[in-house]
Amino acid sequence: MGQIKFDLPGEEILSPGHFACPGCGATLTMRYVLKALGRKTIVVIPACCWSVIDGPVPYSAAGVPVFHTAFESAASTASGIKAGLEIQGDHETTVVAFAGDGGTFDIGLQALSGAAERNEDFIYVCYDNEAYMNTGIQRSSATPFWAWTTTTPTESPKAEKKKNIVEILAAHRIPYLATASVAYPDDMIAKIQRAKEIKGTRFIHVFSPCPPGWKFEPEDSIKISRMAVESRIFPLFEVFNGRDYKLTREPAGTPVRDYLKSQGRFRHLKESDIQQIQSNVDEEWERLKGKLTFQVESRGKSHLHGVVDPERNPPMRRAIRK
Amino acid sequence: MGMKGKNGTSAEAAGLLHPSTDKVVVIEGTHSASYAVKLARVQVVAAYPITPQTGVVEKLSDIVSAGDLDAKFIKVESEHSAMACCIGASMTGARAFTATSSQGLALMHELLHWAAGSRLPIVMVNVNRAMAPPWSIYVDHNDSLSQRDTGWLQFYAESNQEVMDTVLQAYKIAEMVSLPVMINLDAFVLSHTSEPVAIPKQQVVNEFLPPRSAPFKLDIHNPRAFGALIGPEAYMEMRYKLDAAMEDARAAIRDVDTEYGKLFGRSYGGLVEEYRTDEAEIVLVTSATAVSIARIAVDELRSLGFPVGLAKVRAFRPFPVDEIRMLGQRIGKIGVLDRNFSFGASGIIYQETKAALYNALVRPKLFGFVAGLGGRDITPETIKEIFSYMMNHDGPELEAVWVGLKTHKVNEAQNTFADSAEGQQK
Repeated sequence: MGQIKFDLPGEEILSPGHFACPGCGATLTMRYVLKALGRKTIVVIPACCWSVIDGPVPYSAAGVPVFHTAFESAASTASGIKAGLEIQGDHETTVVAFAGDGGTFDIGLQALSGAAERNEDFIYVCYDNEAYMNTGIQRSSATPFWAWTTTTPTESPKAEKKKNIVEILAAHRIPYLATASVAYPDDMIAKIQRAKEIKGTRFIHVFSPCPPGWKFEPEDSIKISRMAVESRIFPLFEVFNGRDYKLTREPAGTPVRDYLKSQGRFRHLKESDIQQIQSNVDEEWERLKGKLTFQVESRGKSHLHGVVDPERNPPMRRAIRK
Repeated sequence: MGMKGKNGTSAEAAGLLHPSTDKVVVIEGTHSASYAVKLARVQVVAAYPITPQTGVVEKLSDIVSAGDLDAKFIKVESEHSAMACCIGASMTGARAFTATSSQGLALMHELLHWAAGSRLPIVMVNVNRAMAPPWSIYVDHNDSLSQRDTGWLQFYAESNQEVMDTVLQAYKIAEMVSLPVMINLDAFVLSHTSEPVAIPKQQVVNEFLPPRSAPFKLDIHNPRAFGALIGPEAYMEMRYKLDAAMEDARAAIRDVDTEYGKLFGRSYGGLVEEYRTDEAEIVLVTSATAVSIARIAVDELRSLGFPVGLAKVRAFRPFPVDEIRMLGQRIGKIGVLDRNFSFGASGIIYQETKAALYNALVRPKLFGFVAGLGGRDITPETIKEIFSYMMNHDGPELEAVWVGLKTHKVNEAQNTFADSAEGQQK
């Protein structure tokens, strides 16, 4: 595999010396988020891998103020921080809630829904590693169908499909939400920068590979993330006001088999299981296509001129060099 | 209720018409809290409605909507989020407030630890209401006393005026010691009962309570992480410091109450107010509105020549250990009336009083009484029954004497219900 070469904008705010595992998607996500937002940023972290990654007392890798909060409280704590800043005249600092899938899809969903309904003015970044990784790989409602975790052993793998968090947030009609992947950093950074320019609740759902949790080698994190996008397991798109869907990358539509075969958590899958997953992914893709207001090909012809600037979000060819 | 000052003079004479008073209004306890929040120039309010706290948030909504208070009011989806919002806001250096009751306070429990552990001077009004099941909306103190180990200061108010005055004192104390404060008032007995309340002049309040100056906060110019993982090598020291702040709070409570008295003409004895304890041989220790009722009973019994007195536990955290010990040195028999119960043990203030006295050189006979759970009335007769029990017993026979219990009447009520159900079927 060739080296990925691209110029990432923005200052390098995240310090080395953090406590992440090698190949951690959540750490790359924080790096890109901080690059996109700059130093006028306050980060709220509920219980999740980042409670550890940022470093124990007295260390902090983030380089911006960090407030650690209770597991279910990312969105509510962020609401309070924003209100506190606003009433004291600070209208510039960006508040970011930075949570895993457990703190977003499961235990933090009520607070997130409340904040989204109130259209609280912060960016919520969910780094989705598809299970409770910090506690040792237990299933969450973000765990994909038929995956192994320590609470869904191979004899009875997870029998339920992954919860569709994007549709839940879209139903709140928040001004901006997007999916993003660590394999496409310029796409992610463009989306975070777009989010920064919008007021109200903004939600970024990031596909965040976890080598120890998914059972693959750390150097394959980006490759696996790319496979998830290209196989349409994790399409990259934006949703404006819960209504206007825009694909930001046309996926190649490669078979899910290669993606599934790349990870130990799917090692137990039979051919029929793989067929079932392919069929599930195809069905979800058709649903998403039906919602698209814009196709990648139709960039520049949108009726949202002035709101969406396609030039800020160019095709990601540089990032997919093999 | 609570209209008697320390020297038995009426509250009007004692303070309502003080030069610091802007106006005297007749308001419910919940609204007294709301006006205090306005006077304290709170910057962020986050709250969720629960009976009988709703008056606090409704009045505050009016006050903020009318522009009379320049604050953000976050109307959250739960009490858990209310406290999380207050924590976030307080971390930016803002003055934050919430109000709740009973089940809502229980839902907040995790974040009560978070607020105290973060050393944030958040002030909360809790309207004391019994815990379900069975559902009850009426007063008892199990909701707040269940939160005693969270690191919050706790006050119990006897009157709507004391609610107002204690909220104002609470912000000052909280910001002095960097700990959160909970002010408790009895459901309905105060929350929905109108009393005359002196609203202080804003200017005098500003003099008493300057804007908050946070010793640490979330600051983009000085980026720090708060609440991060800590190992066994330092956790204990942080907890020791939290308790040291709670110890400092004793002096802060006394000093602030004294200063408040000078500026506003009303003070409440610091942590404990004694009433007619001079030459008393039997003293009842209790809290909140039961104190007002007990004042009446004590006056009556005194007029009949019985040597009884009263001690009001105003601050439950920090617990007034010194005050209780000094009382125990002088008084032969002390009874504690708890409007709460720790199942498998006894009344909670009784336990704490007993613990405070154990290492004292001189120890009184200590009686524990439980009354008024789930809104059962505590009347002067209840108090007289308690004094009578202590007069007729050399020492306690039980850890808890349940006063006014009517087990047989409960059975009768069930039978009556069955009869009427039968009647309906016919």
